[in-house]
Amino acid sequence: MNKIISIKDLSFYYGDFEALKHINLDVTKNEVLAFIGPSGCGKSTLLRILNRMSDLAESPRVKGTITFNEQDIFTMDTIELRKKVGMVFQKPNPFPMSIYDNIAYGPRMQGIKKKAELDEIVEDSLKKAAIWDEVKDKLRKNAISVSGGQQQRICIARSIAMRPEVLLMDEPTSALDPISTSKIEDLISELKKQYTIVIVTHNMQQAARISDRTAFFLLGELVEVDDTQTIFNLPKHKKTEDYITGRFG
Amino acid sequence: MQVKYKDKITFTVLICISLITIGMLLWILGYIFLKGFGNIDLVKLVPPIIATLYMVVIGLGIAAPIGIGAAIYLNEYAKGGRFVRGIRFATESLAAVPSILFGLFGMMFFLTSLKLGFSILSGALTISMMVLPTLVKTTEEALKTVPVSYREGSLALGASKFATISRVVLPNALPGILTGVVLGTGRIVGETAAIYLTAGTMYRLPASPLESGRTLSVHLYLLAKEGISFEEAYGTALILLLVILILNLFTYFIGSKLNKSRVK
Amino acid sequence: MKMIFWLCAAIMIIVITFMGAYIVFGGLPFFGHTNIIDFLLGKKWNPTGEKFGIFPMLITSIYGTIGATIIGVIVGISTAIVLVEILPSKVTKVFSAAIDLLAGIPSVIYGFWGLTVIVPIIDKLWGGKGAGSSLLAAIFILSIMILPTIIRMTEVSLRAVPNEYKEGALGLGASKFQYIFKVQLGAAKSGIMAGIVLGIGRALGETMAVILVSGNAAIIPKSLVDPVRTLTANIAIEMGYASGVHQQALFATGMVLFILIMLINFLLTQFIRSAERRSGNASKI
Repeated sequence: MNKIISIKDLSFYYGDFEALKHINLDVTKNEVLAFIGPSGCGKSTLLRILNRMSDLAESPRVKGTITFNEQDIFTMDTIELRKKVGMVFQKPNPFPMSIYDNIAYGPRMQGIKKKAELDEIVEDSLKKAAIWDEVKDKLRKNAISVSGGQQQRICIARSIAMRPEVLLMDEPTSALDPISTSKIEDLISELKKQYTIVIVTHNMQQAARISDRTAFFLLGELVEVDDTQTIFNLPKHKKTEDYITGRFG
Repeated sequence: MQVKYKDKITFTVLICISLITIGMLLWILGYIFLKGFGNIDLVKLVPPIIATLYMVVIGLGIAAPIGIGAAIYLNEYAKGGRFVRGIRFATESLAAVPSILFGLFGMMFFLTSLKLGFSILSGALTISMMVLPTLVKTTEEALKTVPVSYREGSLALGASKFATISRVVLPNALPGILTGVVLGTGRIVGETAAIYLTAGTMYRLPASPLESGRTLSVHLYLLAKEGISFEEAYGTALILLLVILILNLFTYFIGSKLNKSRVK
Repeated sequence: MKMIFWLCAAIMIIVITFMGAYIVFGGLPFFGHTNIIDFLLGKKWNPTGEKFGIFPMLITSIYGTIGATIIGVIVGISTAIVLVEILPSKVTKVFSAAIDLLAGIPSVIYGFWGLTVIVPIIDKLWGGKGAGSSLLAAIFILSIMILPTIIRMTEVSLRAVPNEYKEGALGLGASKFQYIFKVQLGAAKSGIMAGIVLGIGRALGETMAVILVSGNAAIIPKSLVDPVRTLTANIAIEMGYASGVHQQALFATGMVLFILIMLINFLLTQFIRSAERRSGNASKI
C-alpha cells in the first residue's frame, strides 16, 4: 500500500458550523476512491479541502492534518499543491477562449512558451482525456461552443496538462447526458493507470462501476470506508446499508 | 364600466406626459442640429478640441487604473468589514458631490498648494477624481458578471490569484470595463464647472499639459455667457453633441457585443 | 499585488476626506469675519462692501431644487410607468436609448439651449426683470436634467417588484392601473425615493446650466420670473477674481453646499439600504 494522501483527525468549520468531524482517511496511489453520501454530508467539502479550494469559503477553519506525499498541505504553497492535485468541477467550466488556449493555460503559467512544446502538451492532454479525435480540427474554436460532455473532457484535459498526481472530481457527470457520462466513466478507468482519482458522486451505480474503494459520509462524519465490493455487498454499518439500499436520505 | 373609463384616462395622461420626455429630447437635438449645421468652423475649434483630447487622455490615464484597481480590490480581495464600508461610502459621496465643489477643491489644492496654476494638468487631475466613482461602479458590475467557476477553474490549475485576475477575470470583464471608460469619457467631455475653475480659459493651442487650455464645453460656455458669438456657439454645441452621440452609440455597440458572446 | 489594489481603493477615501477637509478649512476662517447666522440669513451679498449674506442664494437653490423636483417627479415617474408597464419591449429599447442620451447631454448644452430657446419664450410670455432669465427658466432646465436619473431609478425599482404581486392583484379583479398605483408604486417606494433624492442632489449641485439661464442677480426672488442666483452659481461666477475675505466667503458657500449634499447623500444611502432589504436586489440599484 502506497499512501499518497493521508488525512488525520480532520475537522472543518464554516464559521461556527462544523462541516466535517474528526475524519481519518488515506488515499492510495493509483486508486479510484469514491465519496458517497446524502447532500450536505461533507463529501464535497472534504474534496475541496484536499487542494485547498476550501480557502475560498467564508471564514473557513481547519483542525487536524492532511499530508500529501508526506508534506503538510496546510503549510504548503497552495499554488504548488494545486498543480499536483488537480480538480474537475461539477459544471464544466472551460474558460471562454479557444480549446487550445484552455489546455495551454496552465503550462503557460508555468512559463512554457515554446510553441512546439505547448503543441505537444495540448495534443497529449487531449488524447489522454479521450477527446483529441473530436476536437483536433477545431482547436482554435471557443471551448464554450462545444457540447457539455466535450467541455467536461476538455476540463479534464486542462487538469492533465499540469501533469498532476491526483485528480479530484466533484460530481463530474451530474450535469451531463448518459452518453457523455459513460464516456467520462470509461476515461476515469483509463486515467487511474497514471493518476490517483478521488471522485464525489451522487450516483451510487457510478461509484460501484468505477471506484476501487468507497467512503460513505453522513452528517460530516466518515461512517465507513472499504473496498467498493464490500461496501455495496456487505457494509459493516447499518447506516451505510440503509443508504445504499435507498432506505435513507 | 367606470374603472375601464378611468383606466383609459390614466393611460392617455401617462402617455402624454411620457411624450414630454421624448419631446424635450427631440426639441434640444433638433434645435442644436438645425442651428449648428451651417455654423461649424473647424479651424476655430482646433484649440478646444486638442485641449479636450488632452483632458480626456490625461484624466482617464489617471482615473482608469485607480478606479479599476479599486474595483478589483472590492470585488476580488475584500471580505467586507469597516474598510470596505468606508470605501463604498466614499465612492457614493464622491458621486454625489457637485462638480463645482471639485472645482473649488482642485483650485485650492492643485493650483495653490501644488502650484500647478491654471493648467490642463490641474483640470485633468480634478476631473479624474470626478470620474472615479463611475469607473469603480461599472468595473465592479463587470467583474460580478464573470462566473465564479472561471475563477475556481483557474485557481484549481495552480494559477495565483493575480494570474487568475489578469488572465481570466479581466479579459472577460473587458467589455463592461470599456463601457465605464466610455461613460467617463462622456463626463470629461461634457464637464464645465470643474474644468473652468482649474484649467482656465486660455484659447490657444496648448503646447503642453502644463499650460492653460479651454475644452469644448468651456468654450461653449464662454461663447454663450459672454455673448461673444452665438454662431460659433451653435457650431460648438453641435460638435459637442455629436461627440456624445458617438460615445453613446459606442456603448450600445459594446453592449450588443457583450450580449452576443454571452448567448451560450 | 493585493497592496496595490488596496491602495487604489484607499485613494477613494483619501480623496473625499481631503476634499471635505480642504473645503471646510477653506471656509471656516470666514466665520471670524461674519458670524454664521448673519452669513446664512443675511440678505445682502455685496463683496466690495464686505457684506456676505447668502440667504438670497440659499433660498433660490431651495426654490429651484423643489420646483425642479416636483416637475421631475411627475414626468419622471409617469415616463417610467409607461416604459415598464405599457410600451412593447421593442419600443422600450428605443425609448431607453433616448433616456440614456438625455442623461449624456452635457449640462452646458442644456444651459445654452435654455438661454437661446426657453429664456426668450419666457420673456415673450411674462417678461420679468431679467428679460426671461429667471428662476422659472432654471427650474425648467433643471427638471429636464434630473429626469433621466428619476426615470432610471424608478424603472429599475418597478421592474424589481415580484410578478406575483401583479398576478395577485389582477387575480383579485384590480385593473392594471389600480395595480400600478396601489401596489406596484408602493412596493417600489424606497427605490423611487432614492431616485428622487439623487435627482435633488443633481439639481442642487448643477452650476453652469443654471448660470446661463437664471440672470444671476443676488436677490431674493419675489416671483418666478425674477432673475436669481444659486449657491453654485455664486461660487462659479466670483471664484475667478475673488481674494481674501471674499474668497473665504465663497469657500464658506461651498461648505454649506457640501454639508447639504452630504446630508442628502446620507438620506440616499438610507433609502437604498431599505430598498435592498425589501427586494434583496442590491446589485441592480
